[in-house]
This record gives sequence, structure tokens and C-alpha cells, in this order.
Amino acid sequence: MNLPLVGAPHDRLDGPAKVTGRATYAADFSPAGLVHAVMVTSEIGNGRIVRIDDAETRRQDGVLAVLTHENARRMHPEGHGFAFALMLLQDDRIRYDRQPIAVVVAESFEQATYAASLLRTTYESEPPITRIEDSADRYTPEEIFDEPADVTRGNPDRAFAGAPVQFKATYSTPVEHHNPIEPSATIAEWEGERLTVHDSTQGVTNARKRLATVFGIPVSNVRVISPFLGGGFGCKGAVWSHVALAAMAARAVGRPVKLVLTRPQMFGSIGYRPRTIQSIALGADRDGRLSCIMHDVLSQTSTFDEFVEPSALVTKMLYAAKNVRTTHTLARVNAATPTFMRAPGEATGSFALESAMDELAYAVDIDPIELRLRNYAERDQSENKPFSSKSLRECYRIGAEKFGWSERDPKPRSMRNGRMLVGMGMATATYPTNRAAASAVVRMNEDGSVVVRSGTQDLGTGSYTVYAQVAAETLDIPIERVRLELGDTDLPPAPLSAGSMTAASVGSAVYEAASALRERLRKGEKAPIEARADAKPQEHERYSKHAFGAQFVRVEVDPDLGEVRVRRMVGAFAAGRILNAKTARSQYLGGMLWGIGMALHEVTRFDERTARIVTANLADYLVPVHADAPDMEAYIVEEEDPHVNPIGVKGIGEIGITGVAAAIANAVYHATGIRVRDLPIACEKLLR
Amino acid sequence: MDSAIPELATAGTLPSAAPAAASILGPGEVQIELEVNGERHELSVEPRVTLLDALRERLKLTGTKKGCDQGTCGACTVLVNDRAIDSCLTLAVMHVGDRITTIEGLASGEQLHPMQAAFVEHDGFQCGYCTPGQVLSAVALVREGRMTGDDAIREQMSGNICRCGAYENILAAVRDGARRMA
Amino acid sequence: MKPFRYARARDPQEAVQMVAVDAAASFVAGGTTVLDLMKDDVERPSLLVDINGVAGRAIVRAGDEIAIAALARMSDVADDPEIAKHAPMVANALLQSASPQLRNMASIGGNLMQRTRCSYFRDIVAPCNKRRRGDGCSAIGGENRRHAIFGGSESCICVHASDLAVALAAADATIHTNGPGGTRAIQVSDFYLLPRDTPNVETALHHAELISSVTLSLDPALANSTYVKVRDRAQYEFALVSVAAGMEIVGGTIRAARIALGGVAPIPWRVPEAEAALVGRPATAASYREAAEIALAGARGCGGNDFKVALAANAVVRALEQIGSAA
Repeated sequence: MNLPLVGAPHDRLDGPAKVTGRATYAADFSPAGLVHAVMVTSEIGNGRIVRIDDAETRRQDGVLAVLTHENARRMHPEGHGFAFALMLLQDDRIRYDRQPIAVVVAESFEQATYAASLLRTTYESEPPITRIEDSADRYTPEEIFDEPADVTRGNPDRAFAGAPVQFKATYSTPVEHHNPIEPSATIAEWEGERLTVHDSTQGVTNARKRLATVFGIPVSNVRVISPFLGGGFGCKGAVWSHVALAAMAARAVGRPVKLVLTRPQMFGSIGYRPRTIQSIALGADRDGRLSCIMHDVLSQTSTFDEFVEPSALVTKMLYAAKNVRTTHTLARVNAATPTFMRAPGEATGSFALESAMDELAYAVDIDPIELRLRNYAERDQSENKPFSSKSLRECYRIGAEKFGWSERDPKPRSMRNGRMLVGMGMATATYPTNRAAASAVVRMNEDGSVVVRSGTQDLGTGSYTVYAQVAAETLDIPIERVRLELGDTDLPPAPLSAGSMTAASVGSAVYEAASALRERLRKGEKAPIEARADAKPQEHERYSKHAFGAQFVRVEVDPDLGEVRVRRMVGAFAAGRILNAKTARSQYLGGMLWGIGMALHEVTRFDERTARIVTANLADYLVPVHADAPDMEAYIVEEEDPHVNPIGVKGIGEIGITGVAAAIANAVYHATGIRVRDLPIACEKLLR
Repeated sequence: MDSAIPELATAGTLPSAAPAAASILGPGEVQIELEVNGERHELSVEPRVTLLDALRERLKLTGTKKGCDQGTCGACTVLVNDRAIDSCLTLAVMHVGDRITTIEGLASGEQLHPMQAAFVEHDGFQCGYCTPGQVLSAVALVREGRMTGDDAIREQMSGNICRCGAYENILAAVRDGARRMA
Repeated sequence: MKPFRYARARDPQEAVQMVAVDAAASFVAGGTTVLDLMKDDVERPSLLVDINGVAGRAIVRAGDEIAIAALARMSDVADDPEIAKHAPMVANALLQSASPQLRNMASIGGNLMQRTRCSYFRDIVAPCNKRRRGDGCSAIGGENRRHAIFGGSESCICVHASDLAVALAAADATIHTNGPGGTRAIQVSDFYLLPRDTPNVETALHHAELISSVTLSLDPALANSTYVKVRDRAQYEFALVSVAAGMEIVGGTIRAARIALGGVAPIPWRVPEAEAALVGRPATAASYREAAEIALAGARGCGGNDFKVALAANAVVRALEQIGSAA
């Protein structure tokens, strides 16, 4: 292995393109003859369309087509697994607010937008159910990510009943929307039965397959291109309705069509983090040693499809306890189908579990880090396997030291800065290490330059740079000689950029291809030469694979106005080999900042009478702005993992957010003595 | 009173010099000239076309990004007469005679502007989508002498949302970019 | 956006005349409100008259008065040293408004004409009496965390969006206009209208009447003033609750007081009883708390915003403390 344990902090190779505006995102392409499509979405949350009057729309200058359920072609929108059911104008049924009901195509964006506004739709409304509390349609999903939804070890109820210290509480997290700054965008173009799509997608390979299925054409007839992606965070993982609608529109007008979602439509049909209500019960002895953990999760899904927010998966393995029960229940509501959002499950679940651990720490009067160390899991008890590596103790130690945890007086309301109440909180961070099959080709040209090709994507994670580093280091050449080609289904297939698995998957493929190339060069072969690797994870895992970290937060709370401002954050993370210290740190910091939004700002509010979202813009759905950012430090805890995958990397894209909301809630409790168990921590929850 | 009201027109030309009489233009396309990055561009737009859409869809200057089209994210930031504005909430026809600078006009050839170089070096972005706006806001705040400390930078950069969460690195880039610009 | 015509007026009279003859015509200066609402289909003007060339953008001090040209940008006023010195609550309110880019765009006149951020008003799908009288108010019984605790009616419980207007209300500023009927000077207290059963009528301005300037009469209570804004995030957000407050304190006794609240009513909410209660009292925490209780005496929440009553009272105390200790 030529790769260093912590890779050089190389500047992003795509940096100059991004700072000069030359990086081309999906909506930046303009094939000849391009016309503009605008999606029209439903105005009610439950019911049916009685009539769509498009006369006025069709009369407008420049209008080329109006697609509705009355004239749309029959498609194959059915969902299966994580290919969620699409709304492709196939019937008159309205299942959720802002469901696509029509597409208007015109010569210009302005014409299409205005003509779309003139569509008059008559509905027959039915009362919607918006809140999971109100939904009687509940069930246990068959599985979550190939694991059973409900897991029990030992006898948790009996253990709880017999525990000297019993703690029970209910935590809840709201609906949140991803809101990457780049809205989802698709440019679709047909040549006969061949479809080319520029799409803002976290997975070109996956998008290609789905589009082929939806249109009933061979996979080889579809090409998906996505060289740059303006953030995704999960909402650009699955293929959503607008992508297929753009292609349907392009087919209808026989010209390339661009369809960009409006910001309000980013709250429509592209998934979201579902609301959760989570009950936690902890049984412990007076020294804080856990005998039992129970974590019951209720989350929402749509009336027509399934997504489980797997909040309790983390609870199965994070702490040592003989008796554990985790359950997941779904409640159907009149809302779109939820989806993955940065650390799905871990972000919401760690809020509940790590808040509860803080509450237990107060109950038994033990330092929160000490409590966690007393319950340190030396092996994964849920899978009964050793961890491939685990450096959580180091994370606690380094994080605490850098943060100055020892200065904390644990008594609530004991620390002040002028009139502001100061609070310090911590929590554990963790995220599983995933991997999927990925292919890559590494080619050396006659001039010694190297091209790495893989149909993966760069969401801002650093793909263009880190795989160049892997190739350069493996081949022992300067990185300046390496160029990446990615984001195109003409390249070797690669998985979805999701689940923090791209580095493990694509990185392993690039490493194996580059190693093979090096071997052949060593044996005397000459450039031009190329090697391909089709890398796959092992079928039977001997190890439990997770990254771990520790989050530390200092907040200041205005006791009279209830305003919470995070002043400092320190995260320490151990995630195996780090390919690039600079981009890795950025990923950690980005995740941590997301935790601030989750803890303090983000909530999608619905009008319960209509199921309509009333915060469908960035003035009402608040995400952190620069002034919300505290001083932030992310530390890389060195970790060598010989088992996890060929290059020893764990994922780093999502772990940064995990634990943060709990750490902030814990800090707010420390500052104020008020425990907020329902996110976000808005000022009204702190006014007494 | 209506004697001063000029004839309605459905199309026309908006000259850069003050007209003899205010003419009513549109709603059809209007010929205008915009000065972008030191170059004059003639284009034909309806009055309802925003500056952002004129730059992106007509002039193909796609470095300026559309994030919300509602003035709530700052991805569309450009400089007009050296001041940072959101180009989504202003009309192209309102900028005849103005000096417009987009991200494409900042570097000289292959030589990055010092602020651009600082953003690359400090990893002041991830996905890069908000970056053109961030860089232009940073340049404006330095030129306007608002670099009075980290808090001031954070305040002044709050009109550019970075959803990747690169603020810590953006702060470092702006500090360093300001030094390089001095 | 609905197609519309566009004209650049060369002087105020021309602008006024162009709008006067067309009931569906509007002025545009910065564009940040009108274009936003046009994209949402909430406003559909037939003609936009660009007033950016009709007058200057000066901020001029003459004796005890500062005159702010209506076309001055929010950032011009926020940066003006005379404003910062003599009317800090105006500068503070502006610096806590919107974003730097929007402050560079939005004119002072336009800021005062800003319309509510009520999300039902902006979503043309939802019934809203302000958009169309008689349709009903969706916020009543709906999602109303950001809505009014004062001054609402059965037809509308929105809150006014402008921070500047709150400071100008507290400052007793005068709004000068130029309209088809000539020029007028309107006190801010007379400028904004309560919704009653006509929430569509928001100000005393007539159609085609153009704000030309805003004048501030300087006094010690304005010079010793502040603006406190409470919100969920640190910047780039409308107020949950805000307070513009000024006091003249001589020898520890309050001689004059100015208090207006934002984020609590469909108009900037001046509280004269609370001001009167402060005059002659010592500049102490007890006086401030008492004034805050008086200020909030008639407040009533409508569910999601009940917290604003206590929050606004605390914000009043905070604002008074800030200037009490500064004096």
C-alpha cells in the first residue's frame, strides 16, 4: 500500500473551474434548439383532479406543449426498493401537496413560467392527514437496508424493570428538506429511441437504469451526464419525477428540454427527512452501566410508497448492553415519499440516543464522557462481530482536550458570559462504513499522463481530487499528471454517491486498477496502456465496520430572548485512511454545520388543514448563514484499518452531522437547565 | 395630465444615453446593450427577463447561478457598478449603462484573481455552486473596506448561503484573499 | 411573470403621470419586493415605471433634521455617519435587515412599501383577504408562529416586514410624497393602516403617489437609541419580534422615550402608553419592566405565536437596558 494514512492536503483539482464559473452544472448546458419546461404542481394535499383547463396556457406565445394526465403517454412509474414511485401524470389522483400535475414547454423560460401559471385546475379535495400522531395507518416495515426493522437481544423489558436507575423520554425531529443551493435540474434530449440527459444526480449509473425502466427502453439507449453537482445531500440520489417528466416533454416537442425545479418545488417531489417520534428507555446501575436500551421509532412515509428513517440502527451497536430492543414503525400521511437525507437514521437517532445518554449522565451524576466510556462497546453486540477498527476512545480524548472539556462545571446554569448563559455539550458521532461494486479504468498515455475514468460523481466531496491522489500515489507520479473523467454513463459504472461509500467503493476500484497498471508497467509494458478494475465488497463480512467520532459544542443562550448561538464546535473523527486531509476536514466541518441547522433552524411546517407546506422557500425554511457559523475545528484521528476495504477508508461525508443536534441540545440544557426534546430548539422552547 | 404620456410601444430600443422622452417599452422584446465584464453585448429581451436570466440564458454566462430566484440565497450575486447585488431580483432592462461584473470577469486569463486563489487554497467551497457569488461578495466587501474583523466578515458574507457548510474555510479564504488584494 | 411594459421615468412628475393613467401600473426602484411578488404571481402590474433616474440618493443633514432621499439604498443609509450618530436605531435596524446584496438594491421608499412575509399571502393557492377581499385569512387557525399579537382583525393577522419602518415609527419620521394631487407630508404613524376589514389597503398612499424622501427630526432620545431584533438565525431573517427604542436620560431620570415594536402587528407598533410611563421615572430595570408590561398589555396570541407576548416584553426591557446603560 503506497497510500499514506493521512493523504496530502492537496487543493481541489476542480477548484479553479469552480471559482471562475467554468464548472458546468446540469442547467448550464445549452444544446442547440433548447426549449424550457416548467412543472406545474398540485395545490391540494389529498384528492383528485376534476379538470385541468389549459386553453389559456396553450394560447400563449411560444408554448409548444402542455402535458397533463389527459394526454401523457403511459409510463412505468412504479416504485421498488429505493427506486421510489414517480408521479408521471398517469392518473387524476392527488396524493400530496406539490405533486406534479402538468408540464408546460415553451421557447423561453419566461414564456413557459407564465403559461404554466395560467393553467386552471379544479380539484375534489379530501381531508388530509399530515401528522404521524393522527395517522391510524401504521405498520412495521419488512426490512430496513436489508436488516430487520425490529431487533431484540436479551430481555430488555425485564432488565428495565429491574434496573436501579430507569430513564425514559420521548424525542422528536421534524420534517426537513435538503435544499442544496443548486435546484434539481434536467436537460433531456432524444435522438430516435436514444435519450441523453444532463442531470443533477448523485448517481448517473442509477439514473440511467431507472430512466430505461420508466421509458421501457434498453439501458444502453440512455446516457446520463453529470460532471458537477451543486450539492445533493440525498435528494438527488433517487431519480424523481421531474427527471422523467423532462424526458417526456422532450419527446413530446422533439427538441432538447430543460426543466429546473423552482425553490418551492424543492419542497415537493424530491424527498425529505421524515418526521420522527422516538421513545428511549435506558436501564442502568447507579454507576451508569447500562443493562438495557430500548429505542422505538415512529416515522412517516407516503400513502403510496415506503421509506423508513432508520433512527434506531445506531442504537443496536453503539453501547455495550446485554438487553436491547429497537423497533421501527411507519405511519402513512398525505405527504410525498421521504428519502435519505445526510446521515439518514444516524442524524435523527443520535439526537434521541445521545440526548438520553446526557440525561442519564445527570441522573447518575457522572461526566457524560465517563458514562460513555463505562458503556464502551468493545465489539458489535448486535452482529456479534469485532469492529474492523474503532478509535472512539481516542476521539473522546482528543476532542475533549482540544475543546477544553475539563473547564466545564456540569451544573446547569453555572456558566456565564456577561448576561449570556454558557453551555457545553458533547455527543458521540458514528456512521457505518458502506461499500458497493464500482468499476474504474486507469489509462496511461504515451506522454506519461494518466486518465482515471469512472462513472461516479463529485457532489463537492472531492472526487476529482482524491481519486487522482489515489492513482498518483499508487503509480508514484505527480498528481498534476492525473486527470479524472467522471459523471457520465459512458464511463465504467459506479454506485450512487450516497451512504458515505464513494471513497470506499470507487477509491478501491481506482486503487486496484492503478495497482494492476503499475504491475504491468513493472513487467515492461509500455504506455499507452490501460487497466480496468471491477471492485466488489466481500459477500461475508467478518467485521462490523463503522467510523466513530466525538462532537463538542459550546453555546450561548440569551436567557430573556431564548436565542441560541453556537460559539464553538470541535469534532474529532476516526474514519480509517484519509485520502486528502484538506477535503476531509471540509467534509467534517460541513456535516457539523448541518448539525447546527438541524438543532436550531430547520423545520418544514405544514398547514394541517390542507397538508400544504407553508415554509417552501429559503426565507421561511431557515438554514444556517455565515453569521450562524461558530469557530469550528475538525480533527482527524489517525486510524489504520486493514480489514475494512482494500484502501482502508471509511466514509466521511455523513458522520460530521451525527451527534451534533444532541451535543447542542445537551449544551443548551447545561446552559439553561431546560431540556428540549423536540427539534428545532426555537426560542419559544427556552422562554420561561 | 395625459398630454405628457408617450405613445405605447410593443417593442423598442433602450438607448444607453438619456432619451429625449421616456418611452414605454415592451411587453415584447426590447433591444438593449449591457456592459458585462468590460464587454458590450447587444441583446433582445422582454422587460420581464431578470438580469440573472439574461446573463445565463442569453449571454451564456452561466457562472452566475440560480439558487432560489427569490433573493434568499445569494447564488446569483454579481457586481453592478462595483456593488454586490442579487441578479435574480432585478430586470435586465434596468441595467443599461451599468457596469456589470460576473465571476467570468474576475480572473485575467488563466491568472486567478487573488480572492479566487484564496478560495482554492483554503478550500472555501465544496460543491462550488454558491462559490461565484461568495467570491464576488468577498471581493466587494474587501473593496468597500468592510474587513473590520471576523464578525464583520461573517455578517457581510451572510447573504451567500453555502449549504455544504464551508463557512469556516470561506472565512479563512476571505481573510487571506483580502491580504492578497492589498 | 405576466408580460408587462417598462419605462424609465426622467423625473418624479413624469413617473407619477405614467403610473397615474394606468390603474395596474407600479413603480420599481430596487425591485426586491415587486419582482419577488411578481414571480409569485401575487402582483401583476401592466407597466413598471423605473424611478431610479428621477432623483438623487442623498442623505442630507440640515440643522436638526436629516432628509433621506427615497432612492437612497438601505446600505447607503446604514453606512451614513450622521444617521449612525444621530439615529442609531435607524442604522441598527437596517444593518439587521435582509442581506448585504439586498441592502445594496432596496431603496428606502421601497423598503417602506414592503409587503408582509405571511406565507399564505405569498402562496396564491391559499385564501388571503389581503390578496382578494372576502377569501378569508388562512393564518387564523393555520400556521401562525410569525403572526400578529396586536392590531390584527378577523380578516388579517399578518405582520409588517420592515425593520426600518419600526425604527422610523419610533423616530416620528415624516414621509414626503409626490403624487397626482401634489406633494404631501405624512407622519409614519398615519402612513400605515390597520387591516380592519380592508387588509388589501396597507398605507395612506394613493395610486401613483411616490415617496420622495423621509425626514427625521433629531432629538436626544433619537440619538440615544437602539434596535433589538429577535430571530431564529443570526442574520438574513425577518424579525420574530423587534424593538426600536430611544430614551433621553438626564441625571438618571428619563426625560423622553420612544418605543415601537416590530414583528408583532400588521403595522409598526408604537406604544405611547409605555413611553409615557417611562417619562419622569428613574432609568432602572424596574422602570423598564413596568414599561414593557404596559407595552404588551393588549397583546393577544393566536396559537402558534403566543410566545411572542413574553418575548416582546423581554425585548423591550433589553432595548431599554441597552440605551439605559449607554446613557
